[in-house]
Amino acid sequence: MVVYIVQRILAAIPVMGFVALFVFLLLRLTPGDPAAIIAGDTATPEQLAAIRESLGLNDPMFVQFYNWITQLLQGNFGTSILSGKPVIELIADRMEPTISLALTTIILSVIIAVPLGVIAAWKQGTLIDRFVMLLSVLGFSIPVFVIGYLMISLFSMQLGWFPVQGFKPIGAGLGEFFHRIALPTFTLTLLYIALIARITRTSMLEILGDDYVRTARAKGLPESRVLMRHALRNCSVPIITVIGIGFALIISGVVVTESVFNLPGLGRLTVDAVLSRDYPVIQAVILLASLIYVVINLLIDIAYVLLDPRIRYA
Amino acid sequence: MNISLNFNAKPAGLRNKLRSSLLSATVASIALMAGPVSAETVRAVMHSALRVLDPIMTTAYMSRNHGYMIFDTLYSLDSNLVPQPQMVESHTVSDDGLVYKFTLREGLKFHDGAPVTGDDVAASIARWGERDGMGQVLMSFVESMGSDGDNVFVINLKQPYGLVIDSLAKPSSNVPFIMPKRLAETPSTEPIPEQIGSGPFKWMADEFQPGVKVVYEKFEDYVPRSEAASWASGGKVVNVDRVEWIVMADDQTALNALQAEEIDYWEQPPADLLPILEANPDITVKNLNGLGFQTIMRPNTLNAPMDDVRIRNAAIAAVNQKDVLDALVGTPELYNICGAMFVCDTPLATDVGSETLTAGNGMEKAKALLAEAGYDGTPIVLMHPTDVASLRSQPVVVAQAMRDVGFVVDLQAMDWQTLVGKRASQASIADGGWHMFITNWVGADVFNPLVNNMVNGKGKDGGWFGWPDVPKVEELRTAYATSQSLDEQKKIAEEIQKIAYEEGMYAPIGQYFVPAAWSNTLEGVLDGPAPFFWNITKN
Repeated sequence: MVVYIVQRILAAIPVMGFVALFVFLLLRLTPGDPAAIIAGDTATPEQLAAIRESLGLNDPMFVQFYNWITQLLQGNFGTSILSGKPVIELIADRMEPTISLALTTIILSVIIAVPLGVIAAWKQGTLIDRFVMLLSVLGFSIPVFVIGYLMISLFSMQLGWFPVQGFKPIGAGLGEFFHRIALPTFTLTLLYIALIARITRTSMLEILGDDYVRTARAKGLPESRVLMRHALRNCSVPIITVIGIGFALIISGVVVTESVFNLPGLGRLTVDAVLSRDYPVIQAVILLASLIYVVINLLIDIAYVLLDPRIRYA
Repeated sequence: MNISLNFNAKPAGLRNKLRSSLLSATVASIALMAGPVSAETVRAVMHSALRVLDPIMTTAYMSRNHGYMIFDTLYSLDSNLVPQPQMVESHTVSDDGLVYKFTLREGLKFHDGAPVTGDDVAASIARWGERDGMGQVLMSFVESMGSDGDNVFVINLKQPYGLVIDSLAKPSSNVPFIMPKRLAETPSTEPIPEQIGSGPFKWMADEFQPGVKVVYEKFEDYVPRSEAASWASGGKVVNVDRVEWIVMADDQTALNALQAEEIDYWEQPPADLLPILEANPDITVKNLNGLGFQTIMRPNTLNAPMDDVRIRNAAIAAVNQKDVLDALVGTPELYNICGAMFVCDTPLATDVGSETLTAGNGMEKAKALLAEAGYDGTPIVLMHPTDVASLRSQPVVVAQAMRDVGFVVDLQAMDWQTLVGKRASQASIADGGWHMFITNWVGADVFNPLVNNMVNGKGKDGGWFGWPDVPKVEELRTAYATSQSLDEQKKIAEEIQKIAYEEGMYAPIGQYFVPAAWSNTLEGVLDGPAPFFWNITKN
């Protein structure tokens, strides 16, 4: 197992290298000039050239790449072209809202969706099953921003229970933290409940028809034990996969939810950086997102082994 | 993404039942968690995030607004567009009109405690003069600048120049803000390393989160003038402790936040949400900028067929301002059909040359011009920034108007920053060049021939994007700069506008207004070409 993990980490290095090169080239080939953006309307060509020079944009592309990658290897993500702040500081500022939203959403989704999926499979064809499927279809079909606006309309504007927007760090107090993160969490949770409940139901349906489940029931085991111990554990691999990918998706930034609730997360940082051609920031957040995907996939693979003893990695 | 939801609905039965239910305990606990809100903080949503902190290095309006918070100016325009002293106590002009001496007010201090000196002023004006169009004209008349004692700033001119005070009172980008000499000595192509000014607010560096929040605190040592505030002039009396600019990417969120009193001020709500705000008795909606915005179409004179004046004029004649403004704003109360290049309702306003454009009856003229020029159907590359709400409608209307008279139009969708990069290119169409783009200007940025970039006739070397080469206009601009009376300036401005229309240098395709909205807990919100946060009290 340890060897496998080491191999996976080593394999991630060329992946990250390729991502770094790809992102760098893509940005340089994209139209738009950060110097022109900074210089504004009245800069002379000489001033524009001077700004480009000060930003290092006049250097040949391979020199720019070399400078960036050597800085990166020393742990230096560079400085934002526009704000002048270190990129790592900008990302760190945005990590807490994003990770908070990811954790609250995934935890709440799992708590609700897995039992729902199990019950729906157990009671296949009944009203409960149909209700879960209806919920799932709604969760998939209604755009997140619509759910968000409806939540704000009801819980913030009409009832006044929650603030419309904004984020408070945990450091400001748990109450204030949950007060602010609740509505965006509920909004995203609907989508993830739909996803996880559906996968759970499908996986459970496959397993519940297997011989060993019939045997377990024939042995007289309680139904709850059959469902949770024997069936659910054996269909946990696809569920864990969906949860892991869902977590990575939120961590990479959920721009619409962040915008509707004005959460200062990574998604908005990325979009703002792209729109203003802030190369160092874009490069760093895309690299970070890639790294998150690599790590989460690795964690998912490790979880497979822990949950399903039949899986072994050489 | 603008969805109108009725948030002013009367409480429904459901709401009453819920409120009287056991959930009231939850509500109470949540209310306790919300904590007290400081009455001394004004929370504002501005039109964009503050990206570049140096208001001299860039012309971005957010950087200008930031500049007004932390820096001060020597002079400022009042609401009658008359320059009034701000940091200056008094000034003298020598009999030959070549030496200006400005004495600074007593007690002016920077935020680091250092006194403001003539040397700081000289360095600041020199840096501004490198970047700003009107500043560059001023510098072309300046022999030298310096100090005479600690609080006297001196300008020595090569020849008399009638717009020295007007230049120092320039109200919009770039504004000649005064900063410490050590910062003003930063090359104008590099950002200043610190945000230290002598303005009414201090920059809270530790609380700055780019793209999220900007925080200013009252500068306790600021000495306001005794006169009443008027535009950017008069007493900048700060009545609140803090001002926070909160970035909100979504208009609906800003609307909800203002109605829920989570923010106090919204600089530029979109026109389609104004009826909801106006229906709320707790919110004031008012246009603060009487000059409004001018939306303009700009041809590129370098690329065929737009290098032919007849083709440029055909494109301009095809356009009907009313169609453009209906698409852009929709509400007639918020726009003005206006062909004045130097903005309607200003001393230099004139409609000369704009008759067809404002009447919207130029289609036959456009067709005739196209025929006369022998237009061969070359596609006209019109850049279309789809990510900026105030710029995405006009290109569609203009493109259709041009197609209606016989143009073939290649409407190229792109984001604004791509347009900004591309418009700087003088390349041919085959190499990625362009024919036309549309942009908007704050009225104060185009209200005379020196600040209005579009009537710059310097051509490829020194002109503004589009690069018309019209030496006669340059002569007139120089004459304007040296003119000594308003009557003379009006005459010259009219002549410039006439030639600019004849040469198809650009076309204003409408004037529009963007009201601000604020909670009635705020009082004393000032009119001006930029949002100002002094004079405001919060109840």
